Amino acid sequence: MTASYRIPGAGRFSHAKAASFTFDGQSYAGVEGDTLASALLANGVHLTGRSFKYHRPRGILSAGAEEPNALVQIVRDAARTTPNVRATVQELYDGLTAHSQNRWPSLSFDVGAVNDMASPFFSAGFYYKTFMWPKAAWKNLYEPKIRAAAGLGVAPDQPDPDHYSSRFAHCDVLVLGGGAAGLAAALAAAESGVRVVIADEQAELGGALRFESGARIEGQDGWSWAQGVVARLKTMPNVRVLSRTTAFGYYAQNFIGLTERVSDHLAAPGRDLPRERLWQVRAKKVVLATGSIERHMVFTDNDRPGVMLASAARTYLNHYGVAVGKNVGIFTANDSAYAAALDLKAAGIAIAAIVDLRDNPAGELVDRARAAGIEIHDGRAVVRTGGRLRVSSMTVQRRTGGGERTIAVDALLMSAGWTPSVHLFSQSRGKVVFNDEVKRFLPGTYAQDCVSVGACNGTDGLAASIDEAYAAGTKAAREARGGAAAGKSEKPAKPKVEASEGWSRGMVGAAPGAGPGTTVKAFVDFQNDVTAKDIRQAVHEGMRSIEHVKRFTTNGMATDQGKTSNMHGLAIAADELGKTIPEVGLTTFRAPYTPVTFGAIVNHARGPLFEPTRRTAIHPWAERNGAVFEDVGQWKRAWYFPQAGEDMHKAVDRECVTVRKSAGLFDASTLGKIEVVGPDAAKFMELLYTNPWEKLEPGRCRYGIMLREDGFIYDDGVVGRLSADRFHVTTTTGGAPRVMNHMEDYLQTEFPHLNVWLTSTTEQWAVIAVQGPKSREIIAPLVEGIDMADEAMPHMSVREGKICGVPTRLFRMSFSGERGFEVNVPADYGEAVWEALWVEGQKHGACAYGTETMHVLRAEKGYIIVGQDTDGTVTPNDAGLDWAVGKKKTDFVGIRGLTRPDLVAKGRKQLVGLRTKDPKIVLEEGAQIVADPKQPIPMKMIGHVTSSYWSENCGRSIALALLAGGRDRMGETLHVPMPDGVIEVEVSGTVFFDETGGRLNG
Amino acid sequence: MLLIRCPYCEEERPELEFRNAGEAHVVRSSEMTATSDEDFEAFFFIRSNPKGIIYERWRHIHGCARFFNAVRDTVTDRFVMTYKAGEKKPARLPKVGK
Repeated sequence: MTASYRIPGAGRFSHAKAASFTFDGQSYAGVEGDTLASALLANGVHLTGRSFKYHRPRGILSAGAEEPNALVQIVRDAARTTPNVRATVQELYDGLTAHSQNRWPSLSFDVGAVNDMASPFFSAGFYYKTFMWPKAAWKNLYEPKIRAAAGLGVAPDQPDPDHYSSRFAHCDVLVLGGGAAGLAAALAAAESGVRVVIADEQAELGGALRFESGARIEGQDGWSWAQGVVARLKTMPNVRVLSRTTAFGYYAQNFIGLTERVSDHLAAPGRDLPRERLWQVRAKKVVLATGSIERHMVFTDNDRPGVMLASAARTYLNHYGVAVGKNVGIFTANDSAYAAALDLKAAGIAIAAIVDLRDNPAGELVDRARAAGIEIHDGRAVVRTGGRLRVSSMTVQRRTGGGERTIAVDALLMSAGWTPSVHLFSQSRGKVVFNDEVKRFLPGTYAQDCVSVGACNGTDGLAASIDEAYAAGTKAAREARGGAAAGKSEKPAKPKVEASEGWSRGMVGAAPGAGPGTTVKAFVDFQNDVTAKDIRQAVHEGMRSIEHVKRFTTNGMATDQGKTSNMHGLAIAADELGKTIPEVGLTTFRAPYTPVTFGAIVNHARGPLFEPTRRTAIHPWAERNGAVFEDVGQWKRAWYFPQAGEDMHKAVDRECVTVRKSAGLFDASTLGKIEVVGPDAAKFMELLYTNPWEKLEPGRCRYGIMLREDGFIYDDGVVGRLSADRFHVTTTTGGAPRVMNHMEDYLQTEFPHLNVWLTSTTEQWAVIAVQGPKSREIIAPLVEGIDMADEAMPHMSVREGKICGVPTRLFRMSFSGERGFEVNVPADYGEAVWEALWVEGQKHGACAYGTETMHVLRAEKGYIIVGQDTDGTVTPNDAGLDWAVGKKKTDFVGIRGLTRPDLVAKGRKQLVGLRTKDPKIVLEEGAQIVADPKQPIPMKMIGHVTSSYWSENCGRSIALALLAGGRDRMGETLHVPMPDGVIEVEVSGTVFFDETGGRLNG
Repeated sequence: MLLIRCPYCEEERPELEFRNAGEAHVVRSSEMTATSDEDFEAFFFIRSNPKGIIYERWRHIHGCARFFNAVRDTVTDRFVMTYKAGEKKPARLPKVGK
């Protein structure tokens, strides 16, 4: 295999190692240092894909990130298959496997190409207009078909096995772009000692010096100078040089997002290497040296494989040593394509002709082209190309019309001029200004502390760019130091430019032959198949704003985001509207500059690292004893403990019965716990909870309700007063952080005069609830220093002492309706104390139970769960908890809200019990309640079920509900309509078991 | 990501360490029960939601945990200044650079 278009001695990879690769199953030879694009071109392959809409054959347009056409699928394995990779930036490695996209059955014969012939039907806005009716067909027919037919490439269907890393960095000067200007700015800043980061998207820094053969700096050719500067920067401890790194987003206050492609270019990346590294950099000063991008010419059939940007052909020749053809035509509106012609000619490639739109072009490059014997057709345009899978000819006509002449070519280079890359400047919210003379948008008003230098600032010529960049780098460094003198006495010398290339101007819009009134396919946006005609049609159909034209035609909306097409599209729209370009305006540049992988953004935050998993001290015991867990917020909680042969219902039924017959152990460690301490602790509690606290004796507990100012229940929990100045507050499991925040907010900002300290102790205490008639007998043998007799320690009291020799706060309280205790011990002892209690429990036939049984037991007693039986619109009165609101209090958070007209109005939803007429039917939580099931739909819904369970203890189903005027409806029969029938229910009180509460002391 | 100066820590820290806590200088009456419906509405429900300068509360929740006040421009997202909770609304705002 020989790469027949590789020119011996040309380019910078003559001695590079060979690397073989496959494209669509065919093996080819390349060298290390190639991109996939340069390697394909070296083998004479231009045809790389089919276009999105018309399935037209497409080739390689560019040699960089702006590539709209040569998108391929890179396959490492089934899980590492990446669609829409630009062949022009994918570095070659030995064994690389690539496939073309959007073609079937093959790239050279694609059935979808009938779209091209049917193109009159596929014009701008086609999808919006055609697939509107019937409505149902969109979901079932049109969308699936269109999605299958469109879509470039295939996403992997397996999880991404690669890993991605993330770094935060700070620097004084961040230079974005490593071309001549960027390097000069970085050098100037670095020499003064400040911290510098310079990033460039290419494998090697150097930017346009890759192809500018005419540049000479400091006695060397431009590329060698650049590599020398890079080497020097890399030795400096205050400088970080990032190659293969794209600055994709410019965010507030000089915060820049960069992605570094660490291993996409390696044949066998080590598992220790991340695929990409996300850099989040905060810079005092940013220097934008992002260069410019060459525009194509908009003319008929300008999309044939082999038609490409002039600078790309130069890059392939001068950098990669590859000829893009053997007989090359050129179509240009500015001088830079002449430089390409001269380089190609010097390398022995025939130049068929230069077709120049301008009349009588003049200048040094034009003279040199003439001297080299290149035929120049000035004042003329290429009006058409020939060929099918590769360009074979260009047809030339006078700009003003007349006779045609067809010239055979095997590649056609084009240049309409250069568009400054103002993407990042615009993302920084800077305002661009249009310069009509040179037909380009340039940085105008800055919004952030940055500066643009070189080509992206509209500075023409290497010498001027380096001068400007060097001065900017020096100034940025000085300002970053706060104006202090440079750290080094030796003032660095400004690089001296001895020879440079430079050009400006050019044209925007359609070339002759593709002007108004024509229906030819002259592509503006290659990736989205938008032609000049489509843009004009959008204007005719009423689009006035460029943002509307963009969305109607999809111009500039593909993965390349219109890097080559936006200016042309804008110019054609402006022309059609009869307005100037600045009047029509530029579409907004948004991040990302080039596509960013989800992997880089998601980074480590996936799988178990997506969110912290919280486990209690008793979790290992529950795991060993067969608990099934459920997620409650970030917590893993034991849900139920099935024994052999039990399903969830059998397990829960057994647990529920056992607790009421003997006792059960329950891990309540996830309850939020806040220690409220200080001389004013009681005063603070008075303000934060509805209940009175001042008179609560130390050693006693109270069920507290916390409201928001609007009067709605925010949280609840049992609070124990340990001493005059110390409360042990518990919150709901999910509510702990927000309750703490709520308390801190009031303490710091509304009641700062109170002398109180708040400490979250959720994770400090493990909590073992022992509930059931045998609970005291289970705990007592292990406890020291606490008299657990009923008289000494009544229901709702708290004692401090020891259990199993470790400190405990022992609460007597019940969330089951049975005599109950909650044993708080330091978390480190949680599992050991649980084990000891478990051994005692076994003597009494106790069981371990989980959250499901806890829920059933509390529902049997009508105890609410905030967030399940309340929803942020429920008052204490609604929930039947009026008794917990201190009637004599003059202030607490929510006191005024409770008297709002709507909150005291009749007919509010109130918490009630529901008993199904058929005791076996368990209602669905969330089901709606109606009074008359025969009324027409939509029925008037008067309430909904909040909690519903099978109660083995009651031998029937039980439910709680919020029901309009519920407490006045006791005994009423209501209805719950469900898809398979209406369920009859009777309204009852909320307590289903032990209504008198005798068992609390049983 | 914004940089926010915590007036207690006396340094700029990244936005990730902070949490917004709504509009500032909304006064809770010391006699809540005597508040009229209209005054309660203004206190609890009505917020200025300006285009431009807003006075708001932030909490340095992953730092010193203190609540403080900030002046921010809702158009540019730029923080003009921050000051401690309980301090008066500044009479004059400093000029901000880029």
